[in-house]
Amino acid sequence: MHDFTPVSALAGGALIGLASVWLLAANGRIAGVSGILHGLFSPPFGEWRAWFISGLLLAGLAWQAAGAPVPLRQDFSLVWAAAAGLLVGFGTRMSGGCTSGHGVCGLGRLSARSLVAVCVFMASGMVSVYVTRHLLGVTS
Amino acid sequence: MKALVFALGSGFVFGTGLWVSGMANPKKVLGFLDITGKWDASLLLVMAAAVAITLVGFRVVLRNPKPVLEETFELPQKKDIDLPLIAGSAVFGIGWGIAGYCPGPAITALAALSTESIVFVAAMIAGGLLHRFALAPRDG
Repeated sequence: MHDFTPVSALAGGALIGLASVWLLAANGRIAGVSGILHGLFSPPFGEWRAWFISGLLLAGLAWQAAGAPVPLRQDFSLVWAAAAGLLVGFGTRMSGGCTSGHGVCGLGRLSARSLVAVCVFMASGMVSVYVTRHLLGVTS
Repeated sequence: MKALVFALGSGFVFGTGLWVSGMANPKKVLGFLDITGKWDASLLLVMAAAVAITLVGFRVVLRNPKPVLEETFELPQKKDIDLPLIAGSAVFGIGWGIAGYCPGPAITALAALSTESIVFVAAMIAGGLLHRFALAPRDG
């Protein structure tokens, strides 16, 4: 086991869970980031989506302003970044959710559909890392 | 207006959780998916903590007839485990394993203005639009 950080993982995960419960309690919405993002580009435009996404961005700015470490890669090919983004955008719209919508929220609702999605994208992600990192050397 | 501020707050707490947990660090995400290499199990705990909270929190929240600031709960209605769910999740996982970004972390990482996250998010939006225009009639 490498770089295992159980305390920050549990604390961060708890914040993610709390934010999801908060959004459902206050706004009646599921905190599925891929759906919220893509909803910005398809009518009817829900203003709350833009505010949630702005909150995500503000968190990144605040994290940096607080002087916390922002890990950046310099060696990741932009062509691969574009290809990966396309796959993530297309795939999450096809399956109706990502790590947050199917993962954090769907599992919390005991949705069988989400459980299948999570198992498939975890397995596919592991195969993808094996192929792109160990066979093709895309990421170090 | 109040609802929008709450959506912003949820996004902010969600994003902070992504940074605290290490999800916003693509290298850490790839370490989690790299089961044949230097496996880092931390992100399993992120998901476990988040789901533990939604599992209980959603149940409590949904006992109420409506959310605090809106008239109705907007919950996903789909129940079927179909081909788009499985194929879409597989495609998402491939992209996730290439870049180490899923939608939430990619968006909050934009705050660091790293070129790779800008390219990734632009491509992710394009991928979602591509899905809408290619498979429009059945998009939910």
